[in-house]
Order: sequence, then C-alpha cells, then structure tokens
Amino acid sequence: MLPLIGILIVILGFALRLNALLVVTVAGLATGLASGQSFHDVIAAFGHAFVESRYVAIVWLVLPVIGVVERSGLKERARDVIGQIRAATAGRVLLVYLALRQITSSLGLVSLGGHAQMVRPLVAPMAEAAADHAHGPLAESTRERIKAMSAAADNVGMFFGEDVFVAIGSILLIRGFLEQNGILVEPLHLARWAIPTAIIAFVIHGSRLLLLDRQLRRESREFAEQSLLGASQERPNT
Amino acid sequence: MIRLEAIYVLMGLMLAGIAIVNFRDMRSHMPVRNTVFWALYAVIFLFGSHLDDFTNGMLVLFMVLTASRGLATSSRDASTPDARAESAARWGNRLFVPVLVVPVATFLGSVLLGRIVIGGTPLVDPKQVTQVALGLATVLALITALVMLRPPIHAPITEARRLMDSVGWAAVLPQALAALGALFAAAGVGKIIAELATTYLPLGTPTAAVVAYAVGMALFTIIMGNAFAAFPVMTAGIGLPLVVQQYQGDVVIVTAIGMLSGFCGTLMTPMAANFNIVPAALLELRDRYGVIKAQVPTALMLLAANIVLLAYFAFPR
Repeated sequence: MLPLIGILIVILGFALRLNALLVVTVAGLATGLASGQSFHDVIAAFGHAFVESRYVAIVWLVLPVIGVVERSGLKERARDVIGQIRAATAGRVLLVYLALRQITSSLGLVSLGGHAQMVRPLVAPMAEAAADHAHGPLAESTRERIKAMSAAADNVGMFFGEDVFVAIGSILLIRGFLEQNGILVEPLHLARWAIPTAIIAFVIHGSRLLLLDRQLRRESREFAEQSLLGASQERPNT
Repeated sequence: MIRLEAIYVLMGLMLAGIAIVNFRDMRSHMPVRNTVFWALYAVIFLFGSHLDDFTNGMLVLFMVLTASRGLATSSRDASTPDARAESAARWGNRLFVPVLVVPVATFLGSVLLGRIVIGGTPLVDPKQVTQVALGLATVLALITALVMLRPPIHAPITEARRLMDSVGWAAVLPQALAALGALFAAAGVGKIIAELATTYLPLGTPTAAVVAYAVGMALFTIIMGNAFAAFPVMTAGIGLPLVVQQYQGDVVIVTAIGMLSGFCGTLMTPMAANFNIVPAALLELRDRYGVIKAQVPTALMLLAANIVLLAYFAFPR
C-alpha cells in the first residue's frame, strides 16, 4: 500500500494547483523511497527515466519556425483568410478540423496535426477570427474557451481516429498483450471495433462544437450589453 | 546513420541559445532563474547520454527547484502589430508554407527515410524514424522560413525564446511524467491498484463487470496519464479473467473498446500533460485546466457510449 503515496501526492498537488513539475517530481521520489530504495538509487532512477524520455520534447524544435513566421504575420494572415469565408464560425472551423484530424489519423497520418505544429499557429487563430467575424467583440473568458476547444478538437480527433489504423501503437499493444496470454487476434479485427466509438466520438464532439456557436452568440450579446452599460455609466450626463 | 542523438544535440543547442538570450535580456525581471533552468535542460540534451544516472537526476532536481520558485513568463513581441499586418498583406498565403512543411515533411520522412540504405546501413535508425523525421522536418521548415522571409539573423532564437518562456516549465512536464510512470511501474503501483479494484468492485453480473472494466480503464488512465500503462493492469485484473473468461465476452470487442475507454480518461487528466497541460500553456490560457474542462463532457458521454457498446455487443446472445 505504501507505494500509493505517490498517487496521493499527485492528486493533492493537482487539486491544490501547486507547481505541477514540483508535484510530479516529489511524487516520483516519494514512490521510490516508499518502495524501499535508497535516496541515491531513487534520484538515479528518476534521472535515467527522464533522459530516456527526451524524445517527447523533440516537438519543441518547431518553435523557431512558428516564432519566425508569427513575427511575419502568420496569425494575422490566418485571420484574414477566415474573414473572407462568410459562412465560417468558430464551431464550423473546429468541426472541419476535427473531421480532417480524425480522418487523417485513421489513415495513420497522425503527424499531420499537433498542438505546437497546427493548433497554436493556425487552428486557434482561425477559430477565434471566425468568432470575431460572426459575433463581434468577445469577452476574454469566451476567447479562452474557443482556444481550449481548439486544442480539444485536436485531441479528440487524434485519439479516436488513430485506433482505426491497424499499425498504431495501441492496437499493437493489445495484440502483444493478448499474445502473451495465449490469445491470438487479428489487428484488423481490433481496428474494426474502434470504428463505432470513432463515429460516436465525432457525433458527440461535433454536436458540442455546433452548440458552441450558439453559446458564443449569447455570450457576445451579453458582452455587448455589458460594455454598453459600462460606457453609459462612465458618462452619466450624456 | 542518423540517430535520435543528433536531434538531441539540435534541441540542446536551441535550449542553450534560449538560455543565452534570457541571460542577456536586461529588461527581464528574473533573468537568472530562466537562464539556469534552460541551461540545465540544454545540458541534459547535449550530455545526458554520457553522464551517469545520478548526475542526470541531480540536474533534473535543480531544474525543478529553480522552476518551483517561478520563472519569468512575460515575453514581449519583438514585432509591432502594424508591421505584422503589413507583412501578412505582403506575403499572403505563402506564409503558411513553412508551417505546413513541418507535418508534410514529418510524414514523408517517416515513410521514406526508413527505406534508405547506404552501404548496408540504414540512413536513419529504423526504431526512431518518426522522431528523427520530426526533428529533420523542423530544420527544413526553418530553412524555408529563413530563405523566404529573410528575418534578422537572431530572430529564430529570440522568437524561440519568446514562445518557450511563454510555455515555461510545462515544457518539461511530459518528460517528468514519463519518469514518474517508470518509478510507479518499478514500485508495483499497477499491481496494487488492480488488487484493490478486483477486491472492492462489484463484479457479480456481466454488465457490472463491463462497467467496472471500462470505468476502471478510464480511472486508472487518469491516475497514470496514459492508457497504455492502464491497459495491461486492468485487462489482466478484470478484462480477461472476468469479462472474457467467466462471462464469455468477445475478447476482440472487450479489449478494443477497453482501450478506447482508457482514451476517455486521457482527455480528463492533467497527468497526460502533452495533450492537456502543454496546449493550455502554448495557447497562453490563464486556466491551466482549460483544455481538460473543454474535454470532460465529451469524455464522459463517450465513456458511457463505450459501456453501452460493450454491454450490447460483447456477449453472445
């Protein structure tokens, strides 16, 4: 039971919104110590695992590119492009991205998306610009939600698209695990049974994106009324 | 042969550059902490493979302690809005080219690079081809951007610093979580959880067993941050012995949808930092959990749908 102290630390730390990097490190060290390792060994195990997983950070190499192109007006251009499409709304822009992300992932093209590569430079500015054009000025909290929904569309599209592809890690993991337990299954059959969930995921998240447009319309109206109210209160004589 | 190590050197050089820009920035209100943090991270990329585990561990510990006292996140734009608008009008849609080079070249690279063999040795280590392709794609994209846009020579690194400082220590979180997962596994945390689950959960009917398996996958994924870590534990504990063997569930349907139930958990946990916390930092959201909050309704509805699919299709009728 004692090794579970790490989980307790993580739950408490995240709930109290402490520095997540500190929480995770303390939880790791506590787990190692609780399972009877020496301080030296725990630090070494943490260092070893950290160095071994450097590959997850390679995506940051994209930052110089994004930065240089942002400096030359990437976000502004993304906004202009969306502004020219009259039917564009935040929900519809994200619905199109969700569909593209899910379809390409199901063909094994997982690398065609991503938060640093696509969402920050293109998808989120486009969704925000579409909302600006469709609804007018928006409150900061509304902008935050559009950005958050942009990241969510990338995640939902990838998670529930990639499993339809036979050669993806999760399918191979299931197959390998069952093989160890003496059960042989075809990857194609596993991938086929990912399709119902993939369709339901698209319907659920797609519907939420279309509902987002209605929320945005309501919120922008409230925001406009509030700004108007604020303006008239500032100048009571006019 | 191009190995991952070459890409790590690139990462190390970029991080060292970011540390130097931070050090030279007199206007920053805490240049020292940011400099120390990114310099230590640079050391781990440049020399991590040659240092012993304990030294690496101590370097990470110093990074974490530096970050825990707070890093400077204020990063001013070097360009003015007017200049950007003018440049956007001048370049038009050509601005998208360098950005789109990254995914396209990553995809082409991961398909093609693995097949190139020179003198009997493959050009790229076959096991690491996707990561190497991503690294090389970013280089290609940067060259494209530099040739096209001709920014000042320091622009790539000062811009990388602007973005990296806005992400801050969250950039390191996915790696720290991977390390935590390794320590959890070594301490046998998974086995303890599976024992607890099978001891205390009601598993008396097929439907109850299916609910326990799917919800267990989601919950354990929330704890571990990764459905891949949860899958072997929950499937060995509940999926195979109960749902499949005792209640005659179809093994393909049970495991396939079980894994997807775990993915619902991934959408709801800060432990899956690279999907949920890093984008919140990248998009400069004030609420660190903003992306998770946007995903929870979808995740819960989809988990319920998975349980219905399992209960309806997994058992012989």
